[in-house]
Amino acid sequence: MSGDPGEQAGQFRAEVRDWLRAHVPAAPLPSVDTAEGFAAHRAWERELAAARLSVVSWPVRYGGRDASLLDWLAFEEEYYAAAAPVRVGQNGLFLLAPTLFAHGTPEQLDRVLPPMARADEVWAQAWSEPDAGSDLAALRASATATDGGWLLSGTKTWSSRAAFADKAFGLFRSEPGAQRHHGLTYLMFDLRADGVTVRPIRQLGGRTGFAEIFLDDVFVPSADVIGEPGDGWRIAMSTASHERGMSLRSPGRFSAAAARLVELWQRAGDPADTALRDRVVDAWIGAQAYRLHTHATAARLAAGGTLGAESSLGKVYWSELDVALHETALDLLGPLAELDGQPGDDRDPGLAGRWLEGYLFSLAGPIYAGTNEIQRSVIAERLLGLPR
Amino acid sequence: MTLARSAEQAQFAGSLHDMLGAADGPAAARAWAAGDRVPGLAAWRALATLGVTALAVPEHAGGLGASFTDVVVACEEIGQHALPGPVAESVAAVPVLLAALSGAAQPGGVAPGEAPPGEGMPARWLSGLASGELIATMAAPPWLPFAADADAAGLVLLAGGNTVRLATPGARHRSVDRTRSLFETTGGQAVAGGPVAADAVARALDAGALASSAQLLGAGRALLEASVRHARQRAQFGRPIGSFQAVKHHLADVAIGLEFAGPLLYAAAVTLDDGGRHAARDVSAAKVASTDAARRAARVALQVHGAIGYTEEHDLHLWLAKVRALAGAWGGQAEHRARVMAAITTPERGPEPTRPEAAGEPAWN
Repeated sequence: MSGDPGEQAGQFRAEVRDWLRAHVPAAPLPSVDTAEGFAAHRAWERELAAARLSVVSWPVRYGGRDASLLDWLAFEEEYYAAAAPVRVGQNGLFLLAPTLFAHGTPEQLDRVLPPMARADEVWAQAWSEPDAGSDLAALRASATATDGGWLLSGTKTWSSRAAFADKAFGLFRSEPGAQRHHGLTYLMFDLRADGVTVRPIRQLGGRTGFAEIFLDDVFVPSADVIGEPGDGWRIAMSTASHERGMSLRSPGRFSAAAARLVELWQRAGDPADTALRDRVVDAWIGAQAYRLHTHATAARLAAGGTLGAESSLGKVYWSELDVALHETALDLLGPLAELDGQPGDDRDPGLAGRWLEGYLFSLAGPIYAGTNEIQRSVIAERLLGLPR
Repeated sequence: MTLARSAEQAQFAGSLHDMLGAADGPAAARAWAAGDRVPGLAAWRALATLGVTALAVPEHAGGLGASFTDVVVACEEIGQHALPGPVAESVAAVPVLLAALSGAAQPGGVAPGEAPPGEGMPARWLSGLASGELIATMAAPPWLPFAADADAAGLVLLAGGNTVRLATPGARHRSVDRTRSLFETTGGQAVAGGPVAADAVARALDAGALASSAQLLGAGRALLEASVRHARQRAQFGRPIGSFQAVKHHLADVAIGLEFAGPLLYAAAVTLDDGGRHAARDVSAAKVASTDAARRAARVALQVHGAIGYTEEHDLHLWLAKVRALAGAWGGQAEHRARVMAAITTPERGPEPTRPEAAGEPAWN
């Protein structure tokens, strides 16, 4: 035994490990950012849900197992260690669901969560607008009260998964003339509703991982408002904390990548190249630190603590770690690093394509979920107490 | 298992914090550097009163037989207050070394070694360490080429690969940290030898590396606090310099580094408590991360303070120098990174990862 929380392998961890070993597809699924890949990932989510493994931390009545935070961490570690498919529903699972648990009505929970758990409904996020990125409070897309609900108009952009998703959630200005954080309402809407146009956007890696959403008097029933109209900013900030902190970036992701990096070093590294060796070690230490820190945070939360501005520490840390880790892998691969092959390709024996894909994805980390510059300002002002 | 301070440890840290604050660590450090050990030794006696010097000493030898996590808590506070003296040596490494040699249980309940107590000396030294009457230091080339503060220590040991000897201090060297006097040593009477000694030395080096990591983390926290205080007070262009984004972001990066080094220290302490499997990996990871975090804190602290930080008039230099000194002591970054790599590329069920090798001495017989 060592000072390693991962060695506390319980029955639940063993069940997850066994199930994943038996079910994770041998050949990686096609990219989630293609129509074919999206469908394949949705099918995978249904398989997970059938084993009650898609939302283990949720209450049983919504498809979960009431798993503790520590069991959830164990699940995530096993999931990434097994190289299981990307969670196509992650925007809904890790952003919308926590918001609903905190602010939703029982009717909303009953209606929205079960199909989300089965991936019958896959959710996209709709935060940013063309003129509201880091400065989210500058958003202009509007919600106008009408009979039985609201009419949405405006443009949302950089909406992850929106190219193929079913529904979306975001903030809308519901009080004309209200400034900044005031008069905003948190709404869920159907991406197939009349008045919605989705324009997929090709990303750095060439695939359509996000999209622009044009809304032209799209009707949304009152039942799809989360919390009170006008209270959207406060509610959204509770989601933002989830996105930055524990939920979206579980440590298993980095521990698994670091383990693969060490394997790559053993296979392809030059033992005399201590500069590269040290970068591999630092990536491993970084992943270990993030994992230990998350376990400590989980223990603190389980004991009744709360998570606030300190989630910004984690967001900067994991996003920088992810970039460094993948850059190190590509440097290890040398001239093979630029190969954009599919995993398993015979001409790509080092699986360079997989590292490249991960690298391109890692580059988005310091930008999304609040840029790292915004996070550093949050740390300085709210945790260190420096003046605004 | 805990990866953070328990309520009791938080209380312990609070008591230490108050005591060290009252003892005025920086003033004691300045006096120590000038050759006046009176305030520093008074602070060491106060540490003994709070049980710090007894933490790593087994209960039957008059100590507390405490967890390594308690040692980490104490050494963080000591580092934060810039207390002078052979801290990692006397509070952690030497007690662990002597406990292993005297066949005593390690902190955390590890099975005793098989060494015969060398004429009962280790046990007597242990009780002296626990009570605070004895301050000890050691050299263990190559990680620890000199015995720090040997002139202030009542016991000086020289640890080689397979031997532990009493040592006579020789030539004295100045350190960048003016509170540290570094002594060359000549080995004298043997205290122990053979595989038991080799194992004890390896344990001692891990304990010392962990304790010095905790001092580094504490020093890093002190540097961050001083920088935040300065940035809030110092005004330029009509505003506190802490309101400028360039300054904020530097300090945020310091806070991030310190925050994520902490859990590695506690994990390494738990590893040592539980018998040391993965000791090389976890202790070295903690040393690497706390050194990097403390060095970033030092570099940013100096930059934020500007010219006043580049003086001996300001206390900042006490921590800047200590960070530089401890970054290389107890194994440098290269050695520790190599040790982590060796450990993580060794098959799970294979041989134990290599322990730090001390060189230069023939086998004792």
